[in-house]
Amino acid sequence: MAREKLKRRARGRRSPFAAAILIGVGLLATGGIYAGASAAVAATDDATTITTQASAEEGETLFQANCATCHGMDLEGREGFGPSLNGVGELAVHFQMSTGRMPMQMHGPQADQKPVQFTDEQIESIATYVQSVAPGPEMPSTRVIDGEGDVSHGAELFRINCAMCHNVAAAGGALTQGKFAPDIMDTTPENIYAAMVTGPQNMPVFNNMNLTEDDKRDIISALLYQQEAQAPGGFTLGSLGPVSEGLFIWIFGIGGLIAVAVWITAKSN
Amino acid sequence: MEHDDSKGALKEYVPSSGLAVSIDDPVQNPGLPPHRERLTDVDPKAAKRAERTIYTLFYISVAASIWAVAAYMLFPIEDQELTSIRQNNLFIGLGIAFALLAIGIGAIHWSKTLMSDKEHVEERHTTRGSEETREAVVEAFRTANEESGFGRRKMIRNSLFAAVIASVLPGITLFRGLAPHDGENSPVDLLKQTMWKEGEHLTRDPSGTRIKASDVTLGSAFHVIPESLAKMGHDEGMLNEKAKAMVLMVRMSPEQLTEREERKDWSYDGIVAYSKVCTHVGCPVALYEQQTHHLLCPCHQSQFDVSDEAKVVFGPASRPLPQLPITVDAEGYLIAQSDFHEPVGPSFWEIR
Amino acid sequence: MSTATEEKKAPLGGRFVGATANYLDERTSLSGFVKALGRKVFPDHWSFMLGEIALWSFVVVLISGTFLTFFFQASMVETYYTGAYDPMRGIPMSVAMESTLHISFDLRGGLLVRQLHHWAALTFVAGIGVHMLRVFFTGAFRKPRELNWVVGFVLFVLAMAEGFTGYSLPDDVLSGNGLRIIDGMLKAVPVIGPWISYLLFGGEFPGHDIVGRLYALHILILPLIVIALIAIHLVLMIVNKHTQFAGPGRTNSNVVGFPMMPVYMSKMGGFFFIVFGALVLIASLVQINPIWGYGPYDPSPVSAGTQPDWYIGFADGALRLAPPHLDWVIAGKVYPMGILIPLIVLVVFIILVAIYPFIEAWITGDKREHHIAQRPRNAATRTAIGAAGVWFYAMLWAAASSDLIATHFRLTMEGVIHALQIGLILGTVVVYFITKRVCIALQKKDREIVLHGYESGRIVRLPGGEFQEVHKPVDEYERWKLVADETFEPLIVRPNDQGKIKGKFRAAMSRWFFEDRLQPLTNAEYQAALEHQEHALHEFGDDDHGHGAIESGDSKH
Repeated sequence: MAREKLKRRARGRRSPFAAAILIGVGLLATGGIYAGASAAVAATDDATTITTQASAEEGETLFQANCATCHGMDLEGREGFGPSLNGVGELAVHFQMSTGRMPMQMHGPQADQKPVQFTDEQIESIATYVQSVAPGPEMPSTRVIDGEGDVSHGAELFRINCAMCHNVAAAGGALTQGKFAPDIMDTTPENIYAAMVTGPQNMPVFNNMNLTEDDKRDIISALLYQQEAQAPGGFTLGSLGPVSEGLFIWIFGIGGLIAVAVWITAKSN
Repeated sequence: MEHDDSKGALKEYVPSSGLAVSIDDPVQNPGLPPHRERLTDVDPKAAKRAERTIYTLFYISVAASIWAVAAYMLFPIEDQELTSIRQNNLFIGLGIAFALLAIGIGAIHWSKTLMSDKEHVEERHTTRGSEETREAVVEAFRTANEESGFGRRKMIRNSLFAAVIASVLPGITLFRGLAPHDGENSPVDLLKQTMWKEGEHLTRDPSGTRIKASDVTLGSAFHVIPESLAKMGHDEGMLNEKAKAMVLMVRMSPEQLTEREERKDWSYDGIVAYSKVCTHVGCPVALYEQQTHHLLCPCHQSQFDVSDEAKVVFGPASRPLPQLPITVDAEGYLIAQSDFHEPVGPSFWEIR
Repeated sequence: MSTATEEKKAPLGGRFVGATANYLDERTSLSGFVKALGRKVFPDHWSFMLGEIALWSFVVVLISGTFLTFFFQASMVETYYTGAYDPMRGIPMSVAMESTLHISFDLRGGLLVRQLHHWAALTFVAGIGVHMLRVFFTGAFRKPRELNWVVGFVLFVLAMAEGFTGYSLPDDVLSGNGLRIIDGMLKAVPVIGPWISYLLFGGEFPGHDIVGRLYALHILILPLIVIALIAIHLVLMIVNKHTQFAGPGRTNSNVVGFPMMPVYMSKMGGFFFIVFGALVLIASLVQINPIWGYGPYDPSPVSAGTQPDWYIGFADGALRLAPPHLDWVIAGKVYPMGILIPLIVLVVFIILVAIYPFIEAWITGDKREHHIAQRPRNAATRTAIGAAGVWFYAMLWAAASSDLIATHFRLTMEGVIHALQIGLILGTVVVYFITKRVCIALQKKDREIVLHGYESGRIVRLPGGEFQEVHKPVDEYERWKLVADETFEPLIVRPNDQGKIKGKFRAAMSRWFFEDRLQPLTNAEYQAALEHQEHALHEFGDDDHGHGAIESGDSKH
């Protein structure tokens, strides 16, 4: 402020680089907070399908203790609480529980992914139990999840069948009424298969007459490629396309260049 | 305008100030503030330091440019790995970036610290030309007019304007060639027909394999193209046809469907097929929610209720999605009964 | 010319430089040009460099674009990709897409230049935007710069067109859907819609011609017009000289600042290198437009989160905010108002922006030249209109990412869209009123500082016991920036000789603009206030030697 100029000049002004340093500190702080926050958000845990001594009996106990309140003791469902599990099979159980969606925490537009509540063995047990009383789609063969399929064919199928909800870069997208198709960059091959076959919540069912086992293998391979590939152009900014690019250029590009202009025209020390 | 038309002295032009009102006794401009010396003006060591910074930056720039050239050779893309592409671009780019930034920062530091920062005052002159100049211009035109008779000979003038304007027309006409001279089909006719016809098989996009009704289970969403389309080549206009013929097919239990009487036979046992071209501005409307039976278009968020003739329930679309009447052939494969009963895609003038 | 005398002293810069300068001058009259411009004075303020952000990013766009033209092939003939990137291998695609993949994956530094080109394009349009806002809010579009405003505005529109034609060239799913949307919008035009679409695409959508045609526009026709208009824009700026903010020693008939050589040349040149360097840095570190993920254009696939580049966002957002069921059927013909209304709104908005200088000139009737840039607070109604306009644009722009806002902030897309619809209509009005009041309040604050000085932070206790903060006068150079010497008064219309009242509309507009205003201080009032401040200060004391007051924490007595 000019009115204080006379006094401050005698003591020397701040360094002309002060503004740049402040901006740098601000950027680092914001970036650090963001990185920390992102890391803190729970991701799908990498459930591995280890064949254990999963037993249907243990599964039944677990089911009655944790799931029957909403899904009924005989998996018949409860009006207003949870649907019938008739025909869901072990694959659906594995999908819903290994991503933490089930047990559902509260009512909302959809069941969200959250920290997994059970160990792999427990999920196996419940899955075995459900498969025994409400048989349905089974866990995938090793071939279909081996990631050795035709990546370009898989990517083509992904673009036609999946990208409209999950985004071409698997970054997720919006659905109606607050629902959304999640980001699938951290999803395991088993769960990719499981989601296609069981059609969780509002996701359509992609049975083997729509997408064959080979098609699914190709899609899984393409998605795995996507998950592992390094972005050749640099930071992806969340792969949200022109929106994140525009935000970035306005905040950092124009913001930075205006800061430079302020520096250029500021009076030197 | 204060211009004096009599051949006497021309009055100075004083532009109107309109609604502006100046006060009689305004505060006076104190004049330029005294010049303040910079550190580099008074302290020769500081000036030397600034000079060192500047040429160091310029030399850094040289180094960075050399690095960029080296990076071009040191980080080739020969092993066709995405990582090598990334590194190549990253290191060449960083080299160029720092080379340029160093020049810029050096130049600006030079101008701020070492170049004279005494404020200069330059007088403005009125943008308007002086009265003499303007008179001379008027005189030039007046003389040219007299010598050519442009203003007087109106026939010459008017016919000249007509000729120049008309000479542009053939050029504009040539651009009609932007669109094909098809002769038979107007764009409107083309918009009103698709490849679908009676007996055309519904097939999977993009493989072109036929679909049995039993393949379509509850909750499925199939992306469908006509069988004839899958056999077309790109240079035969396949994408043009696909842009009109693409279809989304889903199945729900028949009780969930609301159909008017005349359309009850358009579906098959709860399987319905609708045009995938959004009636808003034409994006593929493909986000099917199997529990709500809503079809969402990702471009502008139009929503259609597939259980109720795909009518618009949200968003800027106006017309429901056209329904493709389907049935099955003798072997159980899904076929169309006819083309759509209305044009697909966005509304246009003659759409009805 | 006495050669004897000249040979005695060496020419400035050495003999070679001197000879070259002489050679050129004898053939081009260059000396006159250099004389006029060499020491031309430019005023110094950071906000005057925003246009340079645009100018230098345009130069970067040109340089990077020229490189790309050697490798990009604008053909829609079908080919197959056989290069490095697995997910695209064997996929049929147009040559345009394939050449873009080749540039990105097979050319050393190709991806860098492609990304540089795209980032620079985004910065170009953004630079024009901030520059335009600065010119608007400081009233620098007033006479004699109205025409330059129009030129600049046309440049803004052309820059958007350049960007749109550019990102549609690789023929990928994202930009292809953008073209599909444009096609749908064209078809909505009454009577001739499908014909315009047919002409543009050379037949049915998508056809085989569009990429080639957009290429011709993008590298030839539009750049020629843009470069010509930039030249006109800069020439006008040189002829009119740059505006300057009010300040000590600055008047409407001078320019105070630094000369072109050496100061401004190095500041502008330096800024060019910084803009260029910053853009290359961004292009090295941050990915943009990864078309290999989008895939070649096919009418069937679409990506969640389909948005155009940021500068087209306001148009996409306008389409998203239109309510449903707006097809009007009149006499058997269909008017898709859901598309035409957003189009009309946008066109009207754009036209209003383009002609604003003429509107303001008509209202004020002020035909004098204005070379002083105003502080936005001193033109309250204009600033409020500008703020409302920015809000309106921002609402439309935000609407383009309505689905992403919904997923990121865990809202429903319906809620976001409804909120933006309300924000667009009501919010604009509210922002207008708030801004106007804020401007007037700031003017009053400036007035207060002039009359009463600034709060020094020193609290004194008067003998009567009350606490008071000591105000110090601002120095006279700062003070000068806070006073004005004229104001605008609304037009008062009276019946003319025939007893008719003419100019009611203009009078009403001028009332809207100027009714709420502060009357400038006269010199007498100003001097009186200064004396009063000096007197008060003397009483309270400048340092610790005041009398009549007990200082807080002062134990010197």
